[in-house]
Amino acid sequence: MNLTYIDAIREAQAHALRDDPRVFIYGQDIGAFGGAFKATKNLAKEFPGRVLDSPISEDAMVGLAVGAAIEGMRPIIEMQFADFSTVGFNQIVNQAATLFWRTNVPCPITVRLPFGGTSGGGPFHSQCIETIYAHYPGLIVLTPATVEDAYSMLLEAVALDDPVIFCEHKFLYRHLKAEKLPSEALPIGKARIAREGRDLTIVTYSAMLHEALEAATELAPEGWEIEIVDLRSVKPLDTDTVMASVARTGKLLCVGEAWPWGGVTAEIIARVASEGYGLLDAPPQRLNAKDTPVPYHPNLWTAHRPTARAVAAAARKLLRT
Amino acid sequence: MSTRELQLSAFRFMLLARLLDDKFAALYRAGKIHGGVFLARGQEALSASIGVSLKKTDVFAPLIRDTAGRLAFGEPVLDAVRTYLGSPLGPMRGRDGNVHRGRPQEGYLPMISHLGAMISVVNGVLFARRLKKISGTVGAACIGDGATSTGAFHEALNQAAVEKLPLVLIVADNQYAYSTPTSFQFACENLADKAIGYGVESYSVDGTDLSVCLKVVGDAVAKARAGDGPQLIVAKLLRLCGHGEHDDASYVDPQLKSSPLGRDCLKVAEEFLLRQNWTDAATIAEWRGKFAREIEEAVGQVQREPAPDPFAENWLAISSEHLSETHTNHE
Repeated sequence: MNLTYIDAIREAQAHALRDDPRVFIYGQDIGAFGGAFKATKNLAKEFPGRVLDSPISEDAMVGLAVGAAIEGMRPIIEMQFADFSTVGFNQIVNQAATLFWRTNVPCPITVRLPFGGTSGGGPFHSQCIETIYAHYPGLIVLTPATVEDAYSMLLEAVALDDPVIFCEHKFLYRHLKAEKLPSEALPIGKARIAREGRDLTIVTYSAMLHEALEAATELAPEGWEIEIVDLRSVKPLDTDTVMASVARTGKLLCVGEAWPWGGVTAEIIARVASEGYGLLDAPPQRLNAKDTPVPYHPNLWTAHRPTARAVAAAARKLLRT
Repeated sequence: MSTRELQLSAFRFMLLARLLDDKFAALYRAGKIHGGVFLARGQEALSASIGVSLKKTDVFAPLIRDTAGRLAFGEPVLDAVRTYLGSPLGPMRGRDGNVHRGRPQEGYLPMISHLGAMISVVNGVLFARRLKKISGTVGAACIGDGATSTGAFHEALNQAAVEKLPLVLIVADNQYAYSTPTSFQFACENLADKAIGYGVESYSVDGTDLSVCLKVVGDAVAKARAGDGPQLIVAKLLRLCGHGEHDDASYVDPQLKSSPLGRDCLKVAEEFLLRQNWTDAATIAEWRGKFAREIEEAVGQVQREPAPDPFAENWLAISSEHLSETHTNHE
């Protein structure tokens, strides 16, 4: 079998629908059409009345999910693109994220965000906005980087009693393949050492994991052994795994596709600087997208986001300090 | 329930709500309340009509000025007092206050401050009930004229219409959104006309008249319950207080105050009940005394309750404790 990342998303949803009668999916074009990316292909047919088309109303989609969760259901909301979730932002951060804290009633909703850049995506179909959601208390924010994680983490997200922002990277949808779906997996909240090394730690997540892995391969013939931490969840953030890796290598480079101001890479550097200052042999560094909207043309886009080459260059510079 | 019994029941909730609000205003002036106090004065007839028209198994998302409707839907006076005073024994446990209170698992949804945001949440409960094959329940959501300008209102009413949900959306058109008059809020002649664009049935009602409010709200709830889809009610009235007790409402047009809209619905209802001989002044005085005592007792009890303890507080925003962020400033 040859399963892609998007197949894993679809299979996880089919699995959840099959196992739990409380699960339903609501989103734009997801019924008979199967979704803009085909993440719900044939699911409306297999699970009649449980995979439902919504009007183009992101605010009301999330509001409906919160109401359904209060009534004991486990809704999955598909945002057509993560970028459009900002229209439903209020319901996510003020309604879903505060419900448990205010009322002690959990809010088990999963909001799927197809996110991140693809060539030609442009300013409004490419954004990485995990940071804004991670900023709000009450949300869990996941960023799977592999086919296996896309599957197991989505299943776990739906089973959790809390609102989950599930960031699935569009660039990985058909780019990644796996032999089979996993029966066991690391739990949410645990980072993974994606490659072992002793000279420098790269902490990254989602599509940037693959750029980092490529950079590590490029640096290997030069004699550098790069360790790579795949965060998997950005909230909660597995500080322990990061710190242990930095303790081994003494050097830290954080790589994210999101914009540079604040954010996941800044958060990691802040934590390592305050709690692991003595572990560092050099000032920690980070690499992010440029601080502009995401450009349309491939020439501009590849320069806007970190690439394997850019990661390797940043790593080389840090290795030589 | 006969018309007489229904009117008397609604009137008692109006009276209780007015007295409770008066008490909150007094506590506010005495500096006993943290944050704002938001009164329902002038809106009791409409609000009580909603509360008494719903069953306990229905869904209710009240807004700021629904003291009467909350009580009629079954909220104990103690819940209201505990929330205003921030008692950890109340439904919001000092984590949220004043009008932000409810018991979601009993169909009583606690509003967030963002106007129009509760409508789609009511839709969600109704949608889930349909998926669970539970029929015959209705969801009521309350908003003001200001909230009709929000995207959330549009999205949610349209969503309810598309899904033919048993939603009753009640707009208290009280002439001002904080200080903004309706002329800056909408340009159509009557807010109820907006329903046409959504393919939804609508009603206009004099919000100062309990009898007609009960009739119109009751009919709309019955239609929604019967499967006729969403219903929009627009009640015209005047807010007889500031937005909150911090607001002297000096901007309210004096002509509006002296117009029929400016009538006090509680007085109108009382006069009507007396004229009908459905009750007498002595009975009303007796209710007034009983409610005042009930409120005083609740306030006294809550004031003796301990305040929330920051050291005993479980500072956790998610229910999955094993996924809590361990990195905080004080560690």
